[in-house]
Amino acid sequence: MSTGTDHPAPAGEPREQSAGEPPEHPAGGVDLAGRPEPSGQAGRRRWLGDRIGSVEVLAALLILLIIFRDPLAGALDDPRVQTWTTVFVSIMVQAVPFLVFGVLLSAVIAVFVPRSFWARALPRHPALAVPAASAAGVVLPGCECGAVPIAGSLIRRGVTPAAALAFLLAAPAVNPIVLVATAVAFPNNPEMVLARGVASLVVAMVMGWLWLRLGRTEWIRMPRRPELDDTSRGRAFWGAVRHDVTHAGGFLVLGAMAAACINVLVPERWLQTLADNAWLSILALALLAVLLSLCSEADAFVAASLSQFSLTSRLVFLVVGPMVDLKLIAMQAGVFGRRFAFRFAPTTFAVAVLVAVGAGAVLL
Amino acid sequence: MNRQAQAVVLLLLGGAVLRASVTDLYLRYVKEGLRPFLIAAGLLLVVAAIMTLWYELRPALTDDPAAVPADEPDTGHGGHGGHGHHEPRVGWLLILPVLGLLLVAPPALGSYAASQAGTALSTPARSDYPPLPAGDPVSVSVLDYAARALFDRGTSIGDRRVRLTGFITTGPDRQPMLARMVLSCCAADGRPVKLGLSGDVPTGLPDDSWVEVVGRYSERLGRDPVNDAEIPYLDVESWRQVPVPKRQYD
Repeated sequence: MSTGTDHPAPAGEPREQSAGEPPEHPAGGVDLAGRPEPSGQAGRRRWLGDRIGSVEVLAALLILLIIFRDPLAGALDDPRVQTWTTVFVSIMVQAVPFLVFGVLLSAVIAVFVPRSFWARALPRHPALAVPAASAAGVVLPGCECGAVPIAGSLIRRGVTPAAALAFLLAAPAVNPIVLVATAVAFPNNPEMVLARGVASLVVAMVMGWLWLRLGRTEWIRMPRRPELDDTSRGRAFWGAVRHDVTHAGGFLVLGAMAAACINVLVPERWLQTLADNAWLSILALALLAVLLSLCSEADAFVAASLSQFSLTSRLVFLVVGPMVDLKLIAMQAGVFGRRFAFRFAPTTFAVAVLVAVGAGAVLL
Repeated sequence: MNRQAQAVVLLLLGGAVLRASVTDLYLRYVKEGLRPFLIAAGLLLVVAAIMTLWYELRPALTDDPAAVPADEPDTGHGGHGGHGHHEPRVGWLLILPVLGLLLVAPPALGSYAASQAGTALSTPARSDYPPLPAGDPVSVSVLDYAARALFDRGTSIGDRRVRLTGFITTGPDRQPMLARMVLSCCAADGRPVKLGLSGDVPTGLPDDSWVEVVGRYSERLGRDPVNDAEIPYLDVESWRQVPVPKRQYD
């Protein structure tokens, strides 16, 4: 569809963009307009659009890949490349169900749940909506890949960003599946489950309240989504599913590639030398949680295997991982805009490390 | 990437996930329990692709714009669906996992990954170990044997003969070790369980060969240089090479 920027509408076709403009700004002042495209890019893409469509490019690409399948397989023979491919594919396979179900839920929120529902379901005062939204995260089983599009939909439907962000942080960290996995992974340290749940909830609420005090709505630039205002609900629903899977899924691929690189390139023996220093080990595991981008349902088992590290540093790993990691930063940059992600992720990282160290000192 | 191309990519991704989950390919990457969710997600992706193509192509079938059904006044969605200017370009990346699953289908984690990571058994997983089931030799998993040997000091094994299946990986002392990867979620969190071998050690096999060994508990302990954890040993009586099992992870 036309972006409404500088593309002349092809003759005989209505410019539905201007006609279908949503009458009000639905997200409480959040800028939903797409960024203006640099005209050079738009020109190039129009050229592509006129002569070679994406479908043709895609078909040519697939045919080339099938022709060059054997040399490609030969290039993957190196054990490091092979391990990289295995890890990359397995992160994607693991995440696809969570991504698809998260996207479905977010499409339901965006299309079928009326705006008025959120006004009734959440406390009117934003400061009270933050803990309510964090608590709502407890009952939604899923991992972080699904939470990003859901939080995006919530903001679109008029939920205050502070509450939606608190939900985004809490949902993957404190849901029952994750807590049970943590209990199974740490059979001798049941206090780990409590510490993880409490610390994650506190971080989610602190970040929500911080957003209320310091956050600026113009940091969140959500791409315009004309298809959500479609009069046909079926078309709006499937349009949202299609868009979110390709969009969030594409960023998930970026994150999975980065995580696979870390998995292959950082040998575990480096960690051994860091484990002896208490503060260094906390920082090391916090960074490792960001880089590895593990699914929140699995990270407890990895943390349990890092037994040379102190319990507190492993708690930091478990609290930071579901809230800040490479694939989440990539997905948040895609859904909420880069200006948002590059402020939100480092702040969350700092708050999560501090809260987890505090919780570790008290509870472990 | 326009909507039709997105639909094709969704169709490919859904198809790749479905193919991996109805065959045993998915077992190389994730736990068995994920299968129903993978099948459901694959079907949903295919449905999303079909619905997208349906909404994209349906108005194009009717040349006359006036013939578009009255309940969809927004004709702009169909006719010129080829111009998806603001559609996400990052979606092109979704071709990579499709290729990974359909064309490359990388093998399960093996000896390279096992040599990079420390053995997974470093904290006791259980405190009580039930007696081994009947049978001589009795089949146990590498993980079960290693846990009993390390944390139970072999008491629940006694001098029973055990049969273990795993792959060969070269240890730090250039001696072959028996290893098996353990997954908790997907191959990204796969960790090896390593066993040292003494007695009739399988020699002359390349890394990643799968073997079935029969042996008895050995009191010898080694150390994994990667994470400084203890590695139990098995006193091998006999061994034979076996084909790669369907479930390669413990």
